[in-house]
Amino acid sequence: MNAHRLYIAWLTLTRKEVMRVLRIWTQTLLPPAITMGIYFVVFGAFLGGQIRQIENYPYIQFILPGLVMMTCITNSFSNVASSFFSAKFMRHIEEMLVSPMPDWIMVTGFVAGGIVRGVICGVIVALVGLFFTKIPVFNVFIIMFYLLASASLFSLAGLLNALVARKFDDISIVPTFVLTPLTYFAGTFYSIKMLPPTWKTLTLANPIFYMVDGFRYGFLGIHDASLLVGVVLLTVLNLLGLAVSMHMVKKGVGLRS
Amino acid sequence: MSQALKIEQLRKTYAGGVEALKGVDLKVEQGEFFALLGPNGAGKSTLIGILTGLVNKSSGKVRVFEEDLDVSPERVKAQLGVMTQELNFNIFESCWNTVNFQAGYYGIDWKEASRRTEQLLRDLELWDKAQQPVRNLSGGMKRRLMLARALVHDPKVLILDEPTAGLDIELRRSLWVYLQKRNEAGLTIILTTHYLEEAEALCNRVAIIDQGVILRDAPTRDLLGQLKKQTFVLELAESGPVPADDEEIQYREVDELTLEADVSHGITMNEVFERLGRSQVKVQSMRTKANRLEELFIDLVGKKSKGLTV
Repeated sequence: MNAHRLYIAWLTLTRKEVMRVLRIWTQTLLPPAITMGIYFVVFGAFLGGQIRQIENYPYIQFILPGLVMMTCITNSFSNVASSFFSAKFMRHIEEMLVSPMPDWIMVTGFVAGGIVRGVICGVIVALVGLFFTKIPVFNVFIIMFYLLASASLFSLAGLLNALVARKFDDISIVPTFVLTPLTYFAGTFYSIKMLPPTWKTLTLANPIFYMVDGFRYGFLGIHDASLLVGVVLLTVLNLLGLAVSMHMVKKGVGLRS
Repeated sequence: MSQALKIEQLRKTYAGGVEALKGVDLKVEQGEFFALLGPNGAGKSTLIGILTGLVNKSSGKVRVFEEDLDVSPERVKAQLGVMTQELNFNIFESCWNTVNFQAGYYGIDWKEASRRTEQLLRDLELWDKAQQPVRNLSGGMKRRLMLARALVHDPKVLILDEPTAGLDIELRRSLWVYLQKRNEAGLTIILTTHYLEEAEALCNRVAIIDQGVILRDAPTRDLLGQLKKQTFVLELAESGPVPADDEEIQYREVDELTLEADVSHGITMNEVFERLGRSQVKVQSMRTKANRLEELFIDLVGKKSKGLTV
């Protein structure tokens, strides 16, 4: 396939994925708006006034970037995991496998769909947050980098999960037992400066912490950890995730007998 | 005429140790309507899975119009259209998108893809269902949609794995007519089927596979010429004694008004009726017990396959 045909193939898959997200918006776009709206009401309107400022920012402003990031990564992950596994389960993944579309187009097409959903959900949550507080922007490029790189990483993670999954239960294990604890212990609701040393050390070993921390820096201009570590970690994990996904698809893991 | 498909020493052993293909050699010429017949578990779907990239081969060579599957899998795939045995749709997607997206996966631009999608949906009488989700279609419509999807990139070789399974006779025949037209227009078609009548009616060459080995590969006419005998069912106008057997025709009484006659190859129907007339047997009607290819198939495979439709 020449470059133009590759572009059409990639765009077709991406368009299909985005159309899926929009078609089932009550399952993909509405829930994060409602869930995070509740967070803003409880932690902002009800409890926010009782909690002292963190780093000179009202509590609701401090937690908002983390909630946007949390929404983005969980939605990127679940979008690719459910879409890819459904395609495997209903066997329409064969539409792509029999076509001359190279493996990397398939991987990046699904990942693009995950990024689009993650970013849309993140923007929706930010817009809901505007009803409760102002959102300062310190550096828009940092915000974009962290949002896109995190969405991409968790889209790749969703793809890997879907590749090895044999039943629908297998794609709910990672969000429930891995993703949720890691996002809650990633400094979304607190600064790690407030933690005892042991918990602080454990948090530093959590990759999602660096995503929340760097993303928050983009809005508020404050951070707890090295930004360089965050940027390098996200870049390396993305490249690693891409390489492993490509290898698994090429080998046909979970796809070909 | 160039070779559409060349398979050499193709082997497939699954992870559990099952040897599905044991060194298959096969050639299909451009423009042929080729049938691959075999009982359930013979290796047909494995062979088609390897051709289409759904199954990894263990060893051997596959070439499609001289393109090697190992060297340029994308070029091989671009020349093949595939209709698998199992339905493999996103049932929530519309018929239009199902076909249109497939064209996109082959890199066909949207304008051309839309033109082809409309043409195929019209040709296969699905146009009024274009915006319907696939789950709303009947079984026959789903099969036709699979065919439209397999043809949208205008392949040189069409691979059909049990294309008419589960279809009623009317639909099956209409699909045959469509496929024959496409074949006459130059499309090479490779067909696997349980309906041996289908292979006999459509295909100019037949290969019979069993337990991962090609037992016979020859033009359909030559294969049928090898039949030693054919069985006819005779419905009698009135009951009477069973005619005496001879070397060329043997009779069996099924009931009072039904006889079966095993007629040797080379005996004409005129001779059969002449002998029946001499024995005072009045025949009301006559039909073949099984189609001719089926008899040969049973003879070769050496058993009544569970999946065989009589």
